[in-house]
Amino acid sequence: MFSITLRSLGRQVHQQNKSLAPLFTYSKNGLNTEASFDTKPFKLHKLEEGPSTSVTLSRQDALKYYKDMQMIRRMETAAGNLYKEKIIRGFCHLYSGQEACCVGMRASMRSYDAVITAYRAHGWTYMMGVDPVGVLAELTGRSTGCARGKGGSMHMYVKNFYGGNGIVGAQQPLGAGVALALKYQGTDGVCLTLYGDGAANQGQLYEAMNIAQLWKLPVIFICENNGYGMGTSVDRASASTNYYTRGDYVPGIWVDGMDVLAVREATRFAIDHCATGKGPMVMEVVTYRYSGHSMSDPGTSYRSRDEIQEVRQTRDPITGFRERMLSTNLATADELKDIDQEVRQVIEDAVKRAKSDKEIGLEELTADISCNPIDTRVRGVTAFDTLSHRRLGPAVNNH
Amino acid sequence: MAAPLAKSTTMLKNAFKYVGLRGISTSRPASAQLTVRDALNSAIDEEMERDERVFILGEEVAQYDGAYKISRGLWKKYGDKRVIDTPITEMGFAGIATGAAMGGLRPICEFMTWNFSMQAIDHVINSAAKTFYMSAGIVNVPIVFRGPNGAAAGVAAQHSQCFGAWYSHCPGLKVVAPYSAEDAKGLLKAAIRDPDPVVCLENEIMYGTAFDVADEVLSKDFVVPIGKAKIERVGKHITLVAFSRAVATCLDAAKELSAIGIEAEVINLRSLRPLDFDTVMESVKKTNHLVSVEHGWPQSGVGAEVVSRMVEGPGFYYLDAPPVRVTGADIPMPYAKTLEDNSLPQGKDVVRVVKKILNVQ
Repeated sequence: MFSITLRSLGRQVHQQNKSLAPLFTYSKNGLNTEASFDTKPFKLHKLEEGPSTSVTLSRQDALKYYKDMQMIRRMETAAGNLYKEKIIRGFCHLYSGQEACCVGMRASMRSYDAVITAYRAHGWTYMMGVDPVGVLAELTGRSTGCARGKGGSMHMYVKNFYGGNGIVGAQQPLGAGVALALKYQGTDGVCLTLYGDGAANQGQLYEAMNIAQLWKLPVIFICENNGYGMGTSVDRASASTNYYTRGDYVPGIWVDGMDVLAVREATRFAIDHCATGKGPMVMEVVTYRYSGHSMSDPGTSYRSRDEIQEVRQTRDPITGFRERMLSTNLATADELKDIDQEVRQVIEDAVKRAKSDKEIGLEELTADISCNPIDTRVRGVTAFDTLSHRRLGPAVNNH
Repeated sequence: MAAPLAKSTTMLKNAFKYVGLRGISTSRPASAQLTVRDALNSAIDEEMERDERVFILGEEVAQYDGAYKISRGLWKKYGDKRVIDTPITEMGFAGIATGAAMGGLRPICEFMTWNFSMQAIDHVINSAAKTFYMSAGIVNVPIVFRGPNGAAAGVAAQHSQCFGAWYSHCPGLKVVAPYSAEDAKGLLKAAIRDPDPVVCLENEIMYGTAFDVADEVLSKDFVVPIGKAKIERVGKHITLVAFSRAVATCLDAAKELSAIGIEAEVINLRSLRPLDFDTVMESVKKTNHLVSVEHGWPQSGVGAEVVSRMVEGPGFYYLDAPPVRVTGADIPMPYAKTLEDNSLPQGKDVVRVVKKILNVQ
């Protein structure tokens, strides 16, 4: 179902390095294998020390982050177009502008760390191992979608990725629960639990934080603050917009979410904290979404076009990162152009698949309602339509 | 569409044979007494012993020994890791329990009473029940939500409510409602072992009731299959369908009716989802009369579902009279004793209805 698993992603990167190895050997063109940068200072809450603001970036990682961010940007653009063509139905929340958040966090995660997020889930689904066909075909409701078209935009899942949750704030205690499971099972795994600035005001966040602190659960509560909960700006929704301090007794850290390296460093710091039994942490990642809240929102009644334009020009996570790579000779403009071209091709092909693949058959209408279906007769729309339950999925907790 | 009378008579004869056999299989020799409370306690204890992933969390489950003492002794035996007191934050701990199930554990999430589950109903429905389907069979959620359901005594409207109809409405959930000690032990153990989310609706008034149980009920291997009803009393004149404490109401009524020559068959549904309608159907084929009895409200209730299934299918043709619901009155529960007594169905109400249907004075 997923043509790129985490392992094969790793393999791809490995092969890419091999093919690039000669470049380093003939590094007469001045390409560096490593460069250092300063990030914006982190703001800290209830922490003596934070992550280092001086970060080192390898060429190999740089190329990967660039490609991943471009892939998500292109994938979301494609999703927007498919929505306008009325091929994607219902809800569709785009991640464009926020790419550095998931790419930076994923870079510091270990293979056994877990993630749960809200309904703006496409980028995360890709970063957790689902290829663009799996995401886009889910959006078009086709059988090659990562949930066979049964979940849609907000409900995508893969190993260690617990969705895609459509209920604002519901993922907050769920993520703390996944963290409880990781701790109970004796691992030092951490669950990254993401929510927006809108969901930062949900009561269940504070219920989950209270319990997580009491029980020292390894959960990072990550507020992706993109400035607006739907059309309500943070100032109009939150009595305190310092989301990194709102865990009160939970330590917090503020991060520039438009800088993939800052996000990576902060995440590494937070994972270290949680994995060593110190309990939860809050991380506020300040970012911006270019599109409206969802596809039905033009996103211009509650903010100005100038504001969006200014962020695009001065804070765009991909443009900024690209400039850094070029200015430190981590890559050449041609190389990045090649990546852009490759990404464009992958997405074009994925769009074709997402449009041409079929929806699952009606026999799957009643598939996987229950893992252990006791009565396999399922009522259809009338008393004269008795359908049969089928079991298809792997049911990862059935052992 | 009318069912030929001859055909139905033949089926009736077959039904007699079938039901007769089942009747024998349900009467086992009793050897010990067990309260519903102890049955639930031993079910949890045995399953915790059997599977390291099983743990219980909820308000007062550990050091207080359980608000209703269902978890008595478990904290001392299993310690802080597996018997966990939570703050009074239903949405938080129900969500955490559900997340833990997604992450591979087998949580038992106790609601001090089901009334408080409304603060957390989003996690029961949206997080637990729907995830397996939404994920196309990737993430199943093996969790048990349990606690006392229905009216207690003298606790007024906010604490007196049956959630049978609410939770059994939702696909993806399994819902069990034990009546006896045997039910309580066997159904809760089955629920804990089940890989899907299960709602276990107990009844506070029944917690202290002792039942005669057969030796096998005391065994660690005893489970009651989810989705199968039990015929508590065999009869031939009318079928009474109930769950939880209303089974006792029906048995009381059946005793009284028997004195005037009416033999009621009493079906204990045990599970509300899946609902074992086959057993109800077989019984009505024999008795040709149906009354459902529950303590919940009438509108869109469990009885409404039982009656609908009977009349919208072939069952209609086996009925000699309209099927009737006996339910809690359609009001929020009052506090005053006489009013409360008249809000819930009693044996005499069932007797009155049965006599009316059978046209007996």
